[in-house]
Amino acid sequence: MIIRMDYKLYDELSEYARKHFPEEACGLIAGEENGNDRLIKKVYYLENTDHATDHFTLDPREQMDAIKDMRASGLKPLGNWHSHPESPSRPSEEDIRLAFDSKASYMILSLMAKEAVLNSFHVENGQVTKEDLRIISSDYYY
Amino acid sequence: MTITVAGEKKEYKDGLTLPELIDAEQVETPEYVTVSINDEFILTENKASTILKEGDTVEFLYFMGGGQ
Repeated sequence: MIIRMDYKLYDELSEYARKHFPEEACGLIAGEENGNDRLIKKVYYLENTDHATDHFTLDPREQMDAIKDMRASGLKPLGNWHSHPESPSRPSEEDIRLAFDSKASYMILSLMAKEAVLNSFHVENGQVTKEDLRIISSDYYY
Repeated sequence: MTITVAGEKKEYKDGLTLPELIDAEQVETPEYVTVSINDEFILTENKASTILKEGDTVEFLYFMGGGQ
C-alpha cells in the first residue's frame, strides 16, 4: 500500500504538533482510497483529552464530528495520527495494544530529533507493519 | 429496510438488532467500539436491546488512544 500526503499537510501537522509540545497531539486522517493506495486529503486536529506528554485519547464526540465532516466532504476515514514528543516514530507497546482497527493507518510523528519524522503503520493482531508513506507535491511528478 | 452504515447505504432485514448488525459488518473488537445511531451514542448497556429502523445512520467509532 502506498499512502500519499501533500507536503503542505505534513508541514501543517508538524507545526500543530510542535505548538502542543510537550503534550502529545493527535487527530484523524481522511482522504481517498483507490485499490491499495491512499491519498490523504485532510488532517483533523482533535483534542488530546489526556493532555499528557506520554499518552493520548481522542474524544468520541469530536471523533463523531470529524466523521460527519468526512462523510459530508466525500472523504473516507483512513486512520489516526499522534505525536511522540520525546520518542521515535514507531508504535509503543501501548499504541499496539490499543490499535483496534486493522483497516486504519496509524501515523506517528516524532519530535524527538531536530527534524520531525512521520511514519505510518498497519497494526493487526499485535503485528506492526510499516506502510509506504510518501510526502508529495502536486507540483511535481511522483 | 435501508440503513446507512459507515457512510454506505445497505439493505437489512426489518427488526435488525445492533448486535446482529455488528456481526454482519464484522466489526473488530466490538467491546472497544462506540456506536452512534443518528448522531446519538448508544450506551453499552443498551447495545443488546437496540433495534435498527428504516433510514437510520450508524457509525462505528473505534477507541483511539495510545502512549509513547
